[in-house]
Amino acid sequence: MTALIAAHAIDVSYGGARVLHGVGMSVARGEIVTIVGPNGSGKSTLLRVLIGALRPQKGTVTRAPGLRIGYVPQRLHIDPTLPMTVRRFLDLPRKVGEEAARKALEEAGAPGVAGRQMADLSGGQFQRVLLARAILSAPDLLLLDEPTQGLDQPGSASFYRQIEEVRARLGCAVLMVSHELHVVMSASDRVICLNGHVCCEGTPAVVSAAPAYRELFGTGTGGALALYRHEHDHHHHGDHDHPHSHEAAE
Amino acid sequence: MLDDFLIRAALAGVGTALAAGLLGCFVVWRRMAYFGDATAHAAILGVAIALGFGLSVFAGVLGVSLLMALLIFALSGRGFALDTLLGVLAHGALALGLVAVALIPGQRINLEAYLFGDVLTVTRSDLAVIWGGALVVAGVLWLHWSALLTATLNPDLAHAAGIDPRREQLILTLLLAAVVAVAIKVVGALLITALLIIPAAAARMFARTPETMALFATLIGMASALGGLGLALRLDTPVGPSVVCAAAASFALAAGFGRIMDKSG
Repeated sequence: MTALIAAHAIDVSYGGARVLHGVGMSVARGEIVTIVGPNGSGKSTLLRVLIGALRPQKGTVTRAPGLRIGYVPQRLHIDPTLPMTVRRFLDLPRKVGEEAARKALEEAGAPGVAGRQMADLSGGQFQRVLLARAILSAPDLLLLDEPTQGLDQPGSASFYRQIEEVRARLGCAVLMVSHELHVVMSASDRVICLNGHVCCEGTPAVVSAAPAYRELFGTGTGGALALYRHEHDHHHHGDHDHPHSHEAAE
Repeated sequence: MLDDFLIRAALAGVGTALAAGLLGCFVVWRRMAYFGDATAHAAILGVAIALGFGLSVFAGVLGVSLLMALLIFALSGRGFALDTLLGVLAHGALALGLVAVALIPGQRINLEAYLFGDVLTVTRSDLAVIWGGALVVAGVLWLHWSALLTATLNPDLAHAAGIDPRREQLILTLLLAAVVAVAIKVVGALLITALLIIPAAAARMFARTPETMALFATLIGMASALGGLGLALRLDTPVGPSVVCAAAASFALAAGFGRIMDKSG
């Protein structure tokens, strides 16, 4: 199968600091690929290179001819001076029909919010509206940059389920950046472990057993679990302060 | 009909409000107020050059404002502390312009007309330039509306959709210089930014979409231009500042009204 999008030997530096060096990766039609890596490992930088927002000092990006990308940014700050209904937002950058807009919101798991102001949405609804906008362009490739940042654990789990459903229905490939290793391990066809360069790459089972991965995240599943636990230590919402280790251990 | 100076003044005000109202929304959304100030203040230097070399004032203002706008555009991509830099450029350009005007040999010129506008002396050919410029600004904004809006929302979102956000920013930069040239006769270099920002800010109170905000901003700007003109005639005050006072009053009204709507809603 030919790649939808591929990066070859990408080098990026910011003011002398090398962020990416010799990074090569590709995404094939229909697969879900997740990029994992510690903070500052260049995950978001790689995504920005792929969408063409950042020109690498070295290396090239090749795209399948006519490739349509649906992009869900990590954070979208809408200036409070800019009024924007959900329905109007879905029309960016190209106008879409009423029926298509309604269906996209439904598919993304946010039905009935079309008339609301973007600023009034909850974090989960906001991310779903971003997803709805991304799928409206009938993308061959969905790019998601840490799409569940700021969502609680049940919220992000349900968001990832939504992405799998969208993939199943549209048949598009998905490339996402994630911190949430437990989700990555279950929901991806392939995992790329990044730390300035590609440390290791393969099916979730292969990657989690790879020495390079263990070095980054600790040893075995315990390593992934430790990181996961650490990330969620700050959550003390009364309604779900059951021990997280049960979900993580599955 | 165009023989009447009042009608010419009213038409000049309405044309300026059209361009400034539309572009002003982007100035507000993108927080370019200081950018507008620097571009507008550079206009006085343009006036000095035009008078010194016997060129048309519009050409001088447009040329120097374009240069200033392009300079800021070039600097804005390089990670300088932009607000400080813009402060230097805005006031430096204004001071340089004032000094340059004083150095022009021969007759003393009435600087106030360029600092605060002198819409009552607008000629037919001025009117043609003002409306020509306003229609160009409105036309370019209409053609690029969606791309500009996407780039304003998020540069990466624009990139992913095949839009170059830097190019869209350049277009706004050039339009800003055009609006300065259009507005200098009407409100003068010092108050152009007010005409960009105040109608848009007032329109924000009522608008639910970017398009309704642009429409309201244009209407509020036009009403302020006509109201300010009427005020100036009645009180025998300068027109430019009177127009800005009318705009500020409509902002205060809109803010009060918006608060009441919030409470009841």
